[in-house]
Amino acid sequence: MLEHIELFFKSIFIDNMVFAVFLGMCSYLAVSKKVATAVGLGAAVIFVLAVTVPLNWLLDKYLLQDGALVWLGEEYADYNLGFLSFILFIATIATMVQLVEIVVEKFSPSLYNSLGIFLPLIAVNCAILGGSLFMQAREIETLGLALNYGVSSGIGWFLAILAIAAIREKIRYSNVPAPLRGLGITFIITGLMGIGFQSFGGMLTGGDEAPAEVEDTTVQTIEVEKKENLKEIDEEEISYNAAINK
Amino acid sequence: MGLLTKKDAGLILDPLADNNPITIQVLGICSALAITAELEASIVMSVAVVFVLGVGNVVISLMRNIIPSKIRIIVQLIVVATLVIIVDQVLKAFSYELSQKLGAFIGLIITNCIIMGRFEAFALANGPWKSFLDGIGNALGYGVILIIVGFFRELLGSGTLFGIPVLGDPITKTGLYATGYENNGFMIIPPAALIVVGIIIWVQRSRNPALVEEN
Repeated sequence: MLEHIELFFKSIFIDNMVFAVFLGMCSYLAVSKKVATAVGLGAAVIFVLAVTVPLNWLLDKYLLQDGALVWLGEEYADYNLGFLSFILFIATIATMVQLVEIVVEKFSPSLYNSLGIFLPLIAVNCAILGGSLFMQAREIETLGLALNYGVSSGIGWFLAILAIAAIREKIRYSNVPAPLRGLGITFIITGLMGIGFQSFGGMLTGGDEAPAEVEDTTVQTIEVEKKENLKEIDEEEISYNAAINK
Repeated sequence: MGLLTKKDAGLILDPLADNNPITIQVLGICSALAITAELEASIVMSVAVVFVLGVGNVVISLMRNIIPSKIRIIVQLIVVATLVIIVDQVLKAFSYELSQKLGAFIGLIITNCIIMGRFEAFALANGPWKSFLDGIGNALGYGVILIIVGFFRELLGSGTLFGIPVLGDPITKTGLYATGYENNGFMIIPPAALIVVGIIIWVQRSRNPALVEEN
């Protein structure tokens, strides 16, 4: 349970898709002029990530990892199909996005109207492929963790685009120098937000292990020192007593 | 193939400045920011994109009359993914540590908006030679920005270029460091790339007022 919570917060704040690894920047910059559209795109990204990352995890585990083909038969244990990762991941993503679009259009036309325009765009959004590739690179262990990673990365991206859209709406009334207007100031503001998010870096370090160890050693050294001091005092007493008795 | 006509030369030279894919067209930003902490990584990424975009543009242009419109995105994705797999395997074979450094970002060339953007905007409507020039031009425009950002970030952030110290030795305080100069640690963290690109945009638009956005 703890690793789920840790992965959740780590993916949203510390490894934020926009500020730490710069995924999905093109649509982030293009769609962030209004908060309403930013919310729509953000929700679509969370949804697509939640669907594609677990699916690609299954593909990775049973097809692409080193020695993954064991389930077909023992003689296949040496095969490494890892080089097909890119093409299989992107094929899954494109297919899933198409499927999701068809399903959403059929079952919820209102949702389709608000999300629909963004769904085809998302298939080529680096954030989606990036989510799967990072899931593979970090060797996420279980399907549940993969789903967790997908959803939390999406939420991190959503937070980022929501923040920049809100800020861009406000700075339209500010006195930005002409050459920086629009794209330039957005880059710089995103950079400043990235610096701000770096402050989350200390959030999950230490945890149960490091401070406890430090505590233990200091307590131990104090105890050992105490014991040594007591030993010295005892020895002194013994030698003193010995001296007196002589 | 003789001298390039003026229009053809324009296909290569425009994206280097006035129609730059990163600063004007706003494409291909993701990898431009993430891997530019070192100049070597920037150059390798630029070469990779030149290859993928150049060859990809030619392939799509040759197939442009036989791709059904409904599945053209899927066909484009397959072409790009295949080329990127080739780049990835070559990189892993000849320079494994660089491949580790670039990590997932080689794979992310597939979703690099410049590539899909040029396929849609140019290769699907033009002949192979022009598409090749357009691809090379846009990839070089992308590469120029990457190299500028990588140059400043590595020089100011680590005092090295290509891993070779050029400002002196920070530990024994020789060269520039003897005057009290310190490496700017801020340049190595990711947000610095965003700010450097913002400044490049500022400089570019100051020199060419036609590019300034209306409010």
